[in-house]
Amino acid sequence: MTTLTKTEDAPAPTDPDAFLSVRDLRVHFSTEDGLVKAVDGLSFDLERGQTLGIVGESGSGKSVTNLSILGLHNPQSSTITGEILLDGQDLTDASDKELEKLRGNKMAMIFQDALTALSPYYTVGRQIAEPYMKHTGASKKEARARAIEMLGKVGIPDPKNRVDDYPHQFSGGMRQRAMIAMSLVCNPELLIADEPTTALDVTVQAQILDLLKDLQQEFGSAIILITHDLGVVANVADDLLVMYAGRAVERGSVREVLKRPEHPYTWGLLGSMPRLASDVSEPLRPIPGSPPSLLNPPAGCAFNPRCDYVDLVGGGRCTSERPLLPAGRGSACHLEAERKQQVFIEKIQPRLG
Amino acid sequence: MTMSEKNTNTTVEDAVPPPRAAASSEPLLEVKGLTKHFPIYGGFPIKRKVGAVQAVDGVTLSVYPGESLGLVGESGCGKSTTGRLLTRLLEPTDGSITYKGQDITHAGRKQLAPIRSEIQMIFQDPYASLNPRQTVGTIISSPMEINGINPPQGREARVRELLEIVGLNPEHYNRFPHEFSGGQRQRIGVARALALEPKLIVADEPVSALDVSIQAQVVNLLQELQRDLGIAFVFIAHDLSIVRHFSERVAVMYLGKVVEVADRDSLYERPRHPYTHALLSAVPEADLDQEKRERIRLAGDVPSPIMPPSGCRFRTRCWKAREKCATEEPPLIQLSGSREGHLTACHFPEEPTTEARETDVVMDPALVAIEKELSGEE
Repeated sequence: MTTLTKTEDAPAPTDPDAFLSVRDLRVHFSTEDGLVKAVDGLSFDLERGQTLGIVGESGSGKSVTNLSILGLHNPQSSTITGEILLDGQDLTDASDKELEKLRGNKMAMIFQDALTALSPYYTVGRQIAEPYMKHTGASKKEARARAIEMLGKVGIPDPKNRVDDYPHQFSGGMRQRAMIAMSLVCNPELLIADEPTTALDVTVQAQILDLLKDLQQEFGSAIILITHDLGVVANVADDLLVMYAGRAVERGSVREVLKRPEHPYTWGLLGSMPRLASDVSEPLRPIPGSPPSLLNPPAGCAFNPRCDYVDLVGGGRCTSERPLLPAGRGSACHLEAERKQQVFIEKIQPRLG
Repeated sequence: MTMSEKNTNTTVEDAVPPPRAAASSEPLLEVKGLTKHFPIYGGFPIKRKVGAVQAVDGVTLSVYPGESLGLVGESGCGKSTTGRLLTRLLEPTDGSITYKGQDITHAGRKQLAPIRSEIQMIFQDPYASLNPRQTVGTIISSPMEINGINPPQGREARVRELLEIVGLNPEHYNRFPHEFSGGQRQRIGVARALALEPKLIVADEPVSALDVSIQAQVVNLLQELQRDLGIAFVFIAHDLSIVRHFSERVAVMYLGKVVEVADRDSLYERPRHPYTHALLSAVPEADLDQEKRERIRLAGDVPSPIMPPSGCRFRTRCWKAREKCATEEPPLIQLSGSREGHLTACHFPEEPTTEARETDVVMDPALVAIEKELSGEE
C-alpha cells in the first residue's frame, strides 16, 4: 500500500503548473488494411525543467505521440483528437503558421539518426543558424557567431573551423552533438529527444546523455526522452511513462517505476534485460509472444495475450474490460494493488538482483 | 549485491583457472596474430593503393569446444571482421587460423568445404539475411543440399525437426520470410545454422536488431542450444550486459586489437584495462543505486582505423596516457595480480575494481566546462 499513498509526489493530471499537458490524445491512421490506432487515449503532464521518459517497444506509439506534439504528422492520412496544451495553447487545432512559429523556437526535436536528419546539402553551421535567424530575426553574421558558440557548448572541438563542415565530415557522435546544438539554439522550453543515443556506441552514448542532462540544468528546458532502454531513462529522467500498444500502462517517478513496478509488462521488460550485476546462471525471463498488431489489438487489456497473471484477475475482465490508468502514480492493470505488490515481491524482485 | 555474487567473489581468491581452457586442452579454433587490412585505392588516372583500413591488427584468440567466447567493442573495433575471418568468409592479410590442428589460413574452397559445415554463422539483420524468394523449408534445407547431406528421415523431416528445436511451428515449412516477425526470422536463421550440426557458431550481433522483450527469447534459445548440443559460440555484440549473460570468457576489442581478455567474473568485476573500465562505466543500468559505480566519460569518438594512433591505440582517449604509451605498444600479457588467463594490454593498468572513485574521470571538454559552471553557480 505504500506506493499508493505516495501519489501526492507524482504530478497529478490536473496540474496547473504543467507546461505541456496532453489529454486523451488519439492518433489514428486510416490505411488500406483498416484503422491503425497508433495512439489511443494518452494523457500526461510535464513541468518546466523536468524530464519525462517514455519507454516502449517499437510500435507502442511513443514516436507518433511526439510527432503529433510537434505537428509533424501527415494530416491527410491521420486524425488527431484530444488536447495537446503547450503553455496553455492547444496544438491540435493550431494552424501550420502558428506551429511553424513554435517549432525550433519554443519546442525542438532531436532525432535518432543524425545523418538522415541533417541535410547533406548545407553546412552544419548553416543548419544551426537557420532557425535562429528565422525566429529571432538575427543577421547572418550574428547567427553564425551563435552557431559557433553552440557548437563549442556541445563539445565540438575547434568550432570556428568545423562550423563550415558538412554533416558527412562529422563522426556519429559529433553529428548527434551538432543536432543537439541545432535544437537548443533558440533556448526551447520543450525538447523532444526521440531515441537520441540508440545509433551511438556506449561510451559516446554516456557522453551525450550526460551532456543533455547538464545542458538541461543550464537551459532549463523540459525534456521528453523517448527510448526503448530502461537503463537510459534511469539515469536521465525524473518521471517515467511506460507505453504498450498505443496506451500508457504505467506512470510514476523513475524511482517508483523501476524500484516498485506494478504493471506485468514493466515486470516483463525488467526481467528480460540482463544487468551487469544479475545472476548469470538464472535464465532471462522473456515476455512470451510478440507485440500486437495495432490494426486489430486484443480486446480488453492489450497485454492480456502475453500476460502471466490473467488468472489472478477473476471474471475474464482482462479480455473484456480495458483497465484504466489512474491519475498520478499507477498502472493500467486489473490486478488489485495488494496482489501486484505481492507478485512483485515474491516472483519478480528476487530475479532482478 | 546478491548472495551468488558474494560467492563468486570468494572463489576468485582461490585463483580458479579459466573455466574451459584447462578442462579441454585442445582449442577448437585458434588464431594467432590475425590481421586484416582492407586496401584503399585512389589517385587519377591510375588508381593505386594509397592506404589501408586496419580493421583487425594482430588478434590472438582461441575458442575451446563447447565454450562461449564473447567479443565486445564499439563500432569499428573490428569485431565483425574478426567474426568473418574466423569463418573464413574473408582471407586474412596476415597471421594464422587453425581449426582442430589444421591450418586453414589460406585454404582453398575445396579444403574449406568440410570445415565450413562445422563453422556456421548467425547474422545481425534477420531481414537481410534470409532470401525473400525462398520458403523457410528451402532456406533451412539448402545447407544440407549443398553439402550433399541426406538425413535418414529425409531432409524435409529434418527441417521440421529443426523448426521445432528453435521454437517455431513445423507447419510453417512452406511459408516465406515476410510472414514472420523479426524474432521469428532470427529463429529461422538459427535453424539454418544448426542444419549441419556445427561445432562452432559465430553469432554476429544476433539480437541487436530485435525488440527488448524479444531479445531475451533469442538469447535463451541460443543458450539452450549451447548447453544441450555442446556447440561452441563466438558471440559478437556491443551490449556488455548481454555478453556477460551469455559468455564464459570475454575479449574486449578496440581499433582492431584485443585489449583485454578474461573469464567473465574477472573482466566484469576486476577489469584492468582503462578502456574496459570506461566501457563498463558507460553501460546504462536500470539500477538506480548508481553511486557505487565509477563514472568515466571519454572524449570524442573512436579514431579512424585508417590512421590508428601509434603505440597503444587507446592512448588518445585515455586519462592515464604517458609518453611510453605513444612509443611502445603494450603486449597482451597476464599482469601481476590478475587471475590465470586474464590478459591485459596496458602499460599503466587500473585497479581491479569497478567501485566509484574519489573523483570521476571526465575527459569530455564540454562536460567539464558545463559541470564546472554548474558547480560554481551552486
